[in-house]
Amino acid sequence: MTGVLQPSAIATTDWLVILPVILALCGAAVLVVLSSVRDLSWGLAIGVAAAIAIVDVALVLRVLDVGPVAMTMGNWLPPFGISFVADVAGATFALAAAVVVLVLLVYLRMDLPDRARRDGVHPLILLLLAGVSGSFLTGDLFNLYVWFELTLISSFGLMALGGRNIQLDGTVKYGFLNFLATTFFLIALGLIYGLVGTLNMADVIGAAPTANPAALTGIAALLLLAFGMKAAAFPVNAWLPASYHAPPPGISALLAGLLTKVGVYALLRALAMILPGSRDLLDPVLAIAAIGTLLLGPLGALAETNLRRALGFLVIGGIGACLAGLALDGEAGLAGASTYVLHAMLTITALYMLAGLVEAVTGETSTRAMGGLYAAQPLLAVLFFVLVLAVAGVPPFLGFWPKLLLVEAGIGRWSAGADGLALALWIAVLANALLTLIAGTRLWAHVFWRTGREGVEAEAATADLRPLDASQRWFGLGSVAVLTGLVAALGLVPEPLMAFGRLAAAGLLDPAAYIAATGLPEGMP
Amino acid sequence: MDYAIAALSGVFFVAAIYLLLARSLIRMLLGLALIGNAVNLLILVAGRLTRVVPPIALGHADTPAAGAANPLPQALILTAIVIGFAMFCFLLVLAYRAYQSLEADDTDRMRVAEPRHRPKPPMSY
Repeated sequence: MTGVLQPSAIATTDWLVILPVILALCGAAVLVVLSSVRDLSWGLAIGVAAAIAIVDVALVLRVLDVGPVAMTMGNWLPPFGISFVADVAGATFALAAAVVVLVLLVYLRMDLPDRARRDGVHPLILLLLAGVSGSFLTGDLFNLYVWFELTLISSFGLMALGGRNIQLDGTVKYGFLNFLATTFFLIALGLIYGLVGTLNMADVIGAAPTANPAALTGIAALLLLAFGMKAAAFPVNAWLPASYHAPPPGISALLAGLLTKVGVYALLRALAMILPGSRDLLDPVLAIAAIGTLLLGPLGALAETNLRRALGFLVIGGIGACLAGLALDGEAGLAGASTYVLHAMLTITALYMLAGLVEAVTGETSTRAMGGLYAAQPLLAVLFFVLVLAVAGVPPFLGFWPKLLLVEAGIGRWSAGADGLALALWIAVLANALLTLIAGTRLWAHVFWRTGREGVEAEAATADLRPLDASQRWFGLGSVAVLTGLVAALGLVPEPLMAFGRLAAAGLLDPAAYIAATGLPEGMP
Repeated sequence: MDYAIAALSGVFFVAAIYLLLARSLIRMLLGLALIGNAVNLLILVAGRLTRVVPPIALGHADTPAAGAANPLPQALILTAIVIGFAMFCFLLVLAYRAYQSLEADDTDRMRVAEPRHRPKPPMSY
């Protein structure tokens, strides 16, 4: 079997690539086995998530040190075995996902009902992390499909756990539409295999230029639809506001922070790196979808009275910014999109977690029935305000920097070639920032600033606010404060984030190092 | 043979899309089951259909005989069938549970998460 197997054993350091997924899967399995020992499950889950975060840090450092790291399963030579490849984009996204899960596990300690713990929230969260990390690190398109499905089935479980009517309703819509999206992805996979005869990402990059360009454009369009649906891009975004406010706040924070970003990552990987040649025809579609998403997201948030539903629309607006980066292409555009993904993972999760605390204090989900929290919970008010500014992109907060990159990219392309779409895109990014600021500060004014709830007795101070109990203060408010602190710190010192974004974009634009890392010989069919 | 399977896959897609456009959850579930099979057939055709020669390397040969069947699409389909079946089962149970709790299998009447008569946007500020 010479020529199919690796000549030498895999270097020990290369195991880092697969370790996050192995840890998450094994941790989930152990948690299921030990589900009868309830007090253990939270501590074990935290331990596993922390270990994954540490491994991800090591992986990022190694990728920064030696470039993309790859490992092919079963000692086969690619493209015969399934490859795992970590480049800067994949490794940093995986790290951000692990950090988000770690903070969320602390938050969930706050008010998780005993029943949810028995039903297995912790193993499901670890399985979700396995699916998300696997999606970020895999180098094989079919394997990506498998990780998508793992992410999907664990998010179904998380969303439905508890079984309240609103959760069942939300899960039905979320489930059908997302399963359909992965099925579209599977169709595209079959077509790619039929066209170029391989599903290894690095191998497809090499084979794509010689394939029929019209067929490849069709496949890229199908991938855009499938991943766009997963990312909740306009006009296939309807499932997100229908479902993300249904589960308990901690769970919706997890889903909102991670799931749509996997879709964005897959879009970046597929359209910017694997099939860049098919973009000429797709760019207008992508730009229109981006502009629609950018504008409709915050407009939906403006009209919404349910707090977490309004936040769901802000998530959609952020997806628009990522799509705008992809449509603008070039290093600046892709760097903007990558940094926006990192920013959105942290900021949106913190915002949803905070919304959960607000709901705990007021006992309401509608912003009409909220008010007067500023006097009762000044710290919540300050944190919420900081996060709103970060989402909208007000300097010096985190969201400003990716949007700056996007506007720079747009102006650059517009002034270079008088490209109307680039002009529309950067104007839409600015309009999105303004509308998000209006929607966010309006939410803040309604929930925190005015003295009482809306209605006849308006402006009478709300009397029935519940103070946070000890566990809500320590685990709930503590984890939100830590995450918000991270967001604020990254916003004040943006250089590392921008550097990561640039490196990620450079890796997506020039996949030579990526291909070399998998061990594919140059020019092999 | 390729053309016949490809055409069959197309017929499956048409039927599946028709069913998926229905409002009834059961019809949508059947549509999902059907579209999964349509994709499986598509992957099978994408690997090119060859018959008679099994993909087995005999003796000391490194590769199977020329014209052997392509085993990879079958492995892909097997994975897709397993995953699709798990998803289908989950959605079936979910739809049944939703039918019990919400007393509706018509998506138009499932409005718990998005009430039909939502309050107007807040007027202040």
